[in-house]
Amino acid sequence: MSPLIQGVLTIIIGVGGCIGYFFASNLILDKVIFPPKGDNPGRNINRANMVRPWLFLLPAILALGLYLVYPVIGSFWRSLFNRAGDEFIGFGNYITMFGDDQFRISLFNNFLWVLVVPAAATFFGLLVAQLTDRMKWGNIAKSLIFMPMAISFVGASLIWKFVYANNPDIGMINAVRDVFGLAPVDVLQLPFWNNFFLMVILIWIQTGFAMVILSAALRGIPEETVEAAIIDGANPFQIFFKIKVPQIMGTIVVVWTTITILVLKVFDIVYTMTGGNFGTEILPSYMMSYMFRDDGRATAVAFVIMLIVLPVMIWNIAQARKEMR
Amino acid sequence: MDNIAGTKTSLSWVMNITVVVLVLLWLIPTIGLLVSSFRDRDQISASGWWLSPFPVEQNFSIRASGDDAVPQGDLFVIEGNVYEDEDIASAFGSETPPVAAFGGTRAAPTAFAPGEVAELSRDRTLSVLEDGSYTFTSPAEFSRDPRIYFASETPPEFSLGNYETVLTSDNMDVAFINTLTVTIPATVIPILIAAFAAYALAWMDFPGRGLLIAAVVGLLVVPLQLALVPLLNLHNQVGIGQSFVGIWLAHTGFGLPLAIYLLRNYMVGLPRDIIESAKVDGATDFQVFVKIVLPLSFPALASFAIFQFLWTWNDLLVAKVFLPSDDASKVMTVKIADDLLGSRGGDWGILATAAFVSIAVPLVVFFTMQRYLVRGLLAGSVK
Repeated sequence: MSPLIQGVLTIIIGVGGCIGYFFASNLILDKVIFPPKGDNPGRNINRANMVRPWLFLLPAILALGLYLVYPVIGSFWRSLFNRAGDEFIGFGNYITMFGDDQFRISLFNNFLWVLVVPAAATFFGLLVAQLTDRMKWGNIAKSLIFMPMAISFVGASLIWKFVYANNPDIGMINAVRDVFGLAPVDVLQLPFWNNFFLMVILIWIQTGFAMVILSAALRGIPEETVEAAIIDGANPFQIFFKIKVPQIMGTIVVVWTTITILVLKVFDIVYTMTGGNFGTEILPSYMMSYMFRDDGRATAVAFVIMLIVLPVMIWNIAQARKEMR
Repeated sequence: MDNIAGTKTSLSWVMNITVVVLVLLWLIPTIGLLVSSFRDRDQISASGWWLSPFPVEQNFSIRASGDDAVPQGDLFVIEGNVYEDEDIASAFGSETPPVAAFGGTRAAPTAFAPGEVAELSRDRTLSVLEDGSYTFTSPAEFSRDPRIYFASETPPEFSLGNYETVLTSDNMDVAFINTLTVTIPATVIPILIAAFAAYALAWMDFPGRGLLIAAVVGLLVVPLQLALVPLLNLHNQVGIGQSFVGIWLAHTGFGLPLAIYLLRNYMVGLPRDIIESAKVDGATDFQVFVKIVLPLSFPALASFAIFQFLWTWNDLLVAKVFLPSDDASKVMTVKIADDLLGSRGGDWGILATAAFVSIAVPLVVFFTMQRYLVRGLLAGSVK
């Protein structure tokens, strides 16, 4: 069976199944289990309404539980076993991993990524958002800077391969060097600095995201605060740094953390550009190099990523709870 | 409000120029890819894409036919025209540019200017004129067909040749269909499941609701990496293994937290009156959901659909793990990252074309549905 037909069938079964499930389960609840008649119809209606939310939630809870909650525990448990999965070795995987040079390089590089990418993307996003705020062609400019968001990390990597290429007739960096009479360099093989050339790709993609959100936040600033500052004689820079930025600080933090989380997950760029060679390995790509080879080690790396994400997760939950009150 | 008297013009000039520079910086790499995808591989490595509207000096080589050698005095002479060679003629067509340089050895293919006489080894001489006509002489008979190297300016050439190659001989067409096959069910199914759950979390009162919402927020950031090993093992045990069914389920699970979060945030904002008056009129929750909430939530549904579409279309990680690695079920991202970069690593035209084929659909979706995408982003983060 061709996968396309399989796909169409899946849509029909999936959509039909979902609608059928919700419809049938509600019908059974109302007509069979707690019918609003008999000895005490009022009590039955109340009971039905107590059960109903769980009918609505059941598929989602099952899917979330199986695909996101179970893996956290499952991965941790698996990381305590050896490569074949038949021998319990406690934290053995973690100990050998921390002794591995490659792991320490990835940890260090990941630290660099987390430091640079969110900061740069937020900075450029804020810059563009502010500059285009009252510009006639601002929307077109924003749309063009936002565009890389639609491009896959693999596609983006290929796009930048054309910028970084060694051949001065293909790579723009080396073309510029050629104009000044400098010999071409392969920027992806420059120790240490190659990491930053890879980060540029993610910054290029994420600036649009930061820009869209910060631009909306800037629009949300009450006019009076800005007007008052102008009357008091503030110059444009003071208005921006002392009036606007403090008011959107909450949004800046959200953008920053969202990009930080993303940085910890993206393996595509390193995988496509250098394959983790030349000292550019980061945790997600390090994990992929053990995937299919040593599940114990792979899950241990994944769990380390989880631990790094954990503070953000707790902070997010705390924020969400605060908002609901 | 930044335009205080006097500073306005100069500051707005600086601002406009900065934005132009930034937009160009952001746009140029993509334009490079697009332009390169229409160029021939020899032209790509002969001149930068930014010079593509101009003629390119390219090196060619032909074999003069030793059988055509005519004895003249004590020399054997071959006369002909480099543009008469079949391959060369097909590359240039009827209008042949002047020869820019020529040579008789592979090591120095452009050592001599047209009209000069090149003294080669074994006392041979070679001379090529600007119009391409050449004279090759040798004191001895030509045992093999001697090569002539020359350079000439080829006109800029744009063609769909790369697209034809990519779509016919590199299995990119199969990969395109596979990507589509992965994407559509993986976009449609989570929406339904999430919509019901979001309604329950937004408009139904039950113990544990706050806890569930917090859990969804927490699950938003769980790294996918954690799910790979345990779920692949699970799929193998259940018999799904690496297959399309497996990747649909995986994408559904991974997409749900964002879907529920976005949709709940939107549904909470719907006017309470409408929903309550419907309930007073005797509508059940199921009817309220299907007839009122779902149609009103269309913008949020569209935002999530676009997100999920872009995410599944562009995904490499999930596809690498949950799909089999044979050619028949590779999606485009895997195809490019694992196959083309290896086997076609030096063929820039093919790489550019493959990349452009894979980003074309998301770009179209992006530019037509940008409104919903922006709205979804804002609902997801500013709240």
